[in-house]
Amino acid sequence: MSGFFRVAWQVVRKDMTVEVRSKEIVLTTLLFAVSVVLIFSFAIVREGRAPDDVAAGILWVAISFAGTLAMGRTFERERYNDTLRALLLAPADRPAIYAGKLLGLLLLLGLVEIILVPLVALLFNAPILAFPGKLITLLIAGTLGFAAVGTLFAAMLVRVRSRDTLLPVLLYPITVPVMICGVRGTAALFQATPDEPLARLWIAILIAWDVIFVTLSLWTFEPVMTE
Amino acid sequence: MNHLSVVDVARYYGRRKALSQISFTCDAGEIVGLLGPNGAGKSTLLSILATIVTPSRGQVTYGDRAPGESGGAAIRATIGMLGHDLFLYPELTARENLTFFAHLYGVADVAGTVSSALAQANLSDRADDYVSSFSRGMRQRVALERALLHGPQLILLDEPFTGLDQTSTAALVARLRERQQAGCLIVLATHDLDVAEGLLSRAIYLKEGRIVGSDTDSRGLVDRYRRTIRS
Repeated sequence: MSGFFRVAWQVVRKDMTVEVRSKEIVLTTLLFAVSVVLIFSFAIVREGRAPDDVAAGILWVAISFAGTLAMGRTFERERYNDTLRALLLAPADRPAIYAGKLLGLLLLLGLVEIILVPLVALLFNAPILAFPGKLITLLIAGTLGFAAVGTLFAAMLVRVRSRDTLLPVLLYPITVPVMICGVRGTAALFQATPDEPLARLWIAILIAWDVIFVTLSLWTFEPVMTE
Repeated sequence: MNHLSVVDVARYYGRRKALSQISFTCDAGEIVGLLGPNGAGKSTLLSILATIVTPSRGQVTYGDRAPGESGGAAIRATIGMLGHDLFLYPELTARENLTFFAHLYGVADVAGTVSSALAQANLSDRADDYVSSFSRGMRQRVALERALLHGPQLILLDEPFTGLDQTSTAALVARLRERQQAGCLIVLATHDLDVAEGLLSRAIYLKEGRIVGSDTDSRGLVDRYRRTIRS
């Protein structure tokens, strides 16, 4: 088991080192996510007021679009010099490679969300500080659920020519429940009279989703990656 | 691992037959060349030997182990592969690349192994330069040392001489001979018959996914290759 975590950690560290030097993924996803939020704010906010519940929807739309962009790029990098093969050749549990790529993606998306959430709060008057613990839990659980499925699909599609088209086509229908839970849970916290029990319910559903899909992805990664 | 056994291996991609009825055995201390024109199935066969691609039929046995029985990780620990693409991260330095893979391959003394690998590649003075700034020959040397970091007994090389000048080719040949003397089994796919001549212990000729000949005399390889592939 220690080998699993060692390999996963090495993959995360390598991805972060490459990203710190190139800043390619974080800049493109952040710019994209900020643009999405800004466009919606110009279209929807009138005289400083946004319609109820809209902030939660826009936040999760931005996260899912930016996440899809990041997923594609993170595996595209492994494709350039066929380094994915070198990773798969390592005498380690192949699911550890998946875990490393997933954690790296979560860190990148976490960084994007640190900018994105205050921006949504500012532009849509969303009360992000009312229940910070629950909001952070929702964001972590939702992002994990989305990224767990996306990382597996991005890895599967890395050798497919039309991967950029296929990734969203496959990913969005399957992750619709994550988006619904994320949006409804966040909306329950952002509404004029916050509904904590409802937010807790959505968080519980998201955690159950995470457990199921992270387990499934770890289980299927090896057969899926062996041609 | 003292021998490698390939028995009736076939690989299909949909209805396309990439490999068919491939059988051969080879022993530690041999340098085996897979020779054939483009599309002959050389790279597919190397990928099967590397456990990256599963054969549609047949079996590969590594010593007394088969991938399905004892788990792929134990077998992969004995394999080092240098692909046509070099499996290196251009955004990392040579030392960082080797350190990353040394950790991944579970090497015990990472710093020491990486330093001696850099020295072996004659790149100690460029160890902290980004791989993206290296010439093809320098990258190839780093990539070869990356493949040998964990002391593999089976070394797989896909077109290792492509893009190398005479000096780099000679250095690579010397390194392969040194690994051969150490008892490693080396399987390489190449189009470079001039270099292969005199290097190989055995040549296996592939054409349209099938073995069409093999011999253990690497002298006169170019002529025999032409005769075998044309026939």
